Amino acid sequence: MIENRPAVTIISHCMLILGVAIIAFPIWITFVAATHDAVRMVQIPLPLLPGGHFFENLNQALNKGISGGANQGVVMMLFNSLVMAMMIAVGKIAISLLSAFAIVYFRFPFRMGFFWMIFITLMLPVEVRIIPTFEVVANLNMLNTYWGLSIPLIASATATFMFRQTFLTIPDELLEAARIDGAGPMRFFFDILLPMSRTNIAALFVILFIYGWNQYLWPLLVTTDQSMFTIVMAIKQMLEAAEQAPEWNIIMMTTLLAMLPPVLVVIFMQKLFVKGLTETEK
Amino acid sequence: MLKKVHFGPSYLPYLLVAPQILITVVFFIWPAGHALYQSLLIQDAFGLSTEFVWFENFEVLFEDDHYFDTFKRTVFFSVLVAGLSMGFSLILAAMADRVVKGAMAYRTLLIWPYAVAPVVAGALWVFMLDPTLGILTYGLSAMGYDWNHKLNGSEAMTLVVVAAAWKQVAYNFLFFLAAMQSIPKSLIEAAAIDGAGPVRRFWSIIFPLISPTTFFLLVVNIVYAFFDTFGIIHAITQGGPAKATEILVYKVYNDGFVGLDLGGSAAQSVILMAIVIGLTVVQFRYVEKKVEYQ
Repeated sequence: MIENRPAVTIISHCMLILGVAIIAFPIWITFVAATHDAVRMVQIPLPLLPGGHFFENLNQALNKGISGGANQGVVMMLFNSLVMAMMIAVGKIAISLLSAFAIVYFRFPFRMGFFWMIFITLMLPVEVRIIPTFEVVANLNMLNTYWGLSIPLIASATATFMFRQTFLTIPDELLEAARIDGAGPMRFFFDILLPMSRTNIAALFVILFIYGWNQYLWPLLVTTDQSMFTIVMAIKQMLEAAEQAPEWNIIMMTTLLAMLPPVLVVIFMQKLFVKGLTETEK
Repeated sequence: MLKKVHFGPSYLPYLLVAPQILITVVFFIWPAGHALYQSLLIQDAFGLSTEFVWFENFEVLFEDDHYFDTFKRTVFFSVLVAGLSMGFSLILAAMADRVVKGAMAYRTLLIWPYAVAPVVAGALWVFMLDPTLGILTYGLSAMGYDWNHKLNGSEAMTLVVVAAAWKQVAYNFLFFLAAMQSIPKSLIEAAAIDGAGPVRRFWSIIFPLISPTTFFLLVVNIVYAFFDTFGIIHAITQGGPAKATEILVYKVYNDGFVGLDLGGSAAQSVILMAIVIGLTVVQFRYVEKKVEYQ
């Protein structure tokens, strides 16, 4: 507190509350829409307060989907999203840990060459190499598989840099002590490096889980089979179906389901999330 | 870079980098190289014959008024998204930095939209602004304004800008707040003793001191608006009406996958790559002076 100006403090609080309200308003409307029946959702104006059909809508969204659709619920899609997000997060962390270990703790020919190759991935987001990457995945027969959904996304320059940074802060004495005790490189990696990087791994996992869950363009390209669709893709198809028969209560319920897992992760693991976000940008 | 104490030479480091390098080569470098090569080819509509044409695809693009329009539109879109979202979060961060009690509670309430997928953000806003049913449309028509983003190009642009900016507020707020909280309190106190009011202190001390963060966020937001907003546009406007919301990334996808103009689409990819490389270089070269986060 620099000085006592109650008026300014009150104004600050008011503006913050207004800001929170603006940010939260779309979610409130979505939640309200998910609690009304289809009849109420076509009467203008739409409701601003929740109704009593939440569980009916939840049941329909999970098990049946919208009536114009393929009569398939979103349970399978939630599962696919979960598998994809986990594979991307775990895969990225695993391969980045290994390559950062090699680059920091070994001297070998082409070390810097490999480092720059990893660096280049930063400059090649999926969006700029859509068609050739799709062709590669198609040629490897990875369309409509979990491997095709996740493997092409798991190279990670940011994760490698972050682990490199972490390893560089670990004192050299630890390696010397480990060697005197007769530990080989892999023993050192698993028994000393991994436990010491635990928080960073957790923080990165939070960020990468959200990244994986929210992938859109890539699943859109590599899945044609309904049973491999992810929940985020389903939203788009429901919006298309809404042009003919708007079943907003079900669409909004699905939207809620699609954003719930990553949002919960952010809220409950806020500390790790903030750490992950600020560390990866360094 | 390399530890002073390290392991001796062996085949092990090659095994360790192998997975990462393999994926990088197969899914990043090879496709990017292929895009470069393909941008120099013209294929007929049935894929029967291919002709090597040097830079004709690029010449066609640069002479194409549509492409130039798309380019201008993308820049316009990015500036709007970055400006709106950064402005909004700068104000909120300044307020949250001021109030001592509850700053962290406000942070929790403001950062979760980061976790919302772009498509989902698009769905939320398109529902509120649905031309017949939307709740905001109803409010606007009560004020005498007739909203229909399916027919009106600038309304469609407004919709995608708002949805994209809404999602990005969380990220900007988090970084602005961290930057402001890392400014030594003694500086602010000294200014207060000299008689500078809250507004004066903000513009003369806080704002200049957080400028590295502001610049960093500007780059991040532009990258976001260029590349990560594909989902929003694909889900709610499909680039329409009449191409009013077609940005570069959407055009690459549309020309390549829907229009099957592989050469032209590859040439556009190459231009996009150049843009990303440029932005990455800017980010690494000029954003070195980082503020301290706790």
